[in-house]
Amino acid sequence: MTAQQDIRADTWTVAGRTFTSRLIVGTGKYKSLEDNAAAVEASGAEIVTVAVRRVNISDPNQPRLTDFIDPKTTTYLPNTAGCFTAEDAIRTLRLAREAGGWTLVKIEVLGEAKTLYPNMRETLRATEVLVKDGFEPMVYCVDDPIAAKQLEEAGAVAIMPLGAPIGSGLGIQNRVTIRLIVEGAGVPVLVDAGVGTASDAAQAMELGCDGVLMNTAIAEAKDAVLMARAMKAAVEAGRLAYLAGRMQKRRYADPSSPLAGLI
Amino acid sequence: MSLDGSLGVRVNGEHKRFEGGMTIAEMINQLGLDPLRVAVERNLEIVPRSTLGEVCVEDGDDFEIVHFVGGG
Repeated sequence: MTAQQDIRADTWTVAGRTFTSRLIVGTGKYKSLEDNAAAVEASGAEIVTVAVRRVNISDPNQPRLTDFIDPKTTTYLPNTAGCFTAEDAIRTLRLAREAGGWTLVKIEVLGEAKTLYPNMRETLRATEVLVKDGFEPMVYCVDDPIAAKQLEEAGAVAIMPLGAPIGSGLGIQNRVTIRLIVEGAGVPVLVDAGVGTASDAAQAMELGCDGVLMNTAIAEAKDAVLMARAMKAAVEAGRLAYLAGRMQKRRYADPSSPLAGLI
Repeated sequence: MSLDGSLGVRVNGEHKRFEGGMTIAEMINQLGLDPLRVAVERNLEIVPRSTLGEVCVEDGDDFEIVHFVGGG
């Protein structure tokens, strides 16, 4: 791709599905479903993560997510957030497949409530079982290049390392490992979790990631819709900077104006 | 089964009673829900949506009825 080409020609593909937007957004923590839908619209995201939960049988007429974000035009990515064992994650995604017919899913198996760090042993086990069962899992994981390789070998269709703990907004803590994962992966890599503000998202893209997934950074911004716009711009800016190829860093100054012809 | 022929089941952890001979789809409708918008697990096994209108509710069944909600 050259600078003259439109950014819209720069697509990415996961499990045979091609997308233009490299920003995936969550649908949790919003003040209302209206706010949520407006933020998704402003973010330009084509994929949203969703959770699978019990219907409220005492109040069946509560507003539904599907009435605000249309699953026909926005790809729902069912997620296993809140699962702490492979069995829970497998059960959840089998139900998700029945609820919507999707095989493209996100596996997230957590290790403990305090850090919400992934339990990689359980994550790998869930990946193996679900791939055998016909799923195409995008997998949330630690920022470990070896774990990423193992997930890819197990059939993960995308690797989604954390930048920092879920909901922390601390930004990418280890650029070295994210970069190593990107270099080693044969499937898309998306930073998932830890993004706090626009520069964090741009940084993920500058490291060569195929995309970024975030929820809290938008949902908990004072103005969620404005932050969604900022994140859209940041992901595009970071992607363009990556494609453009940044200048080399120097230890000292280098003048921008010619030295010849100085008066 | 009770003397009046009604069935005692659990739905999402709550005890409920339904008439005998009812299909799962009918039970979901009676709960005020749309069978096309939910996924159903019966005694830990998924009931395919295509069979919700055929499978009958049995006394003692334990149902989980789920749908998509906002999440990260």
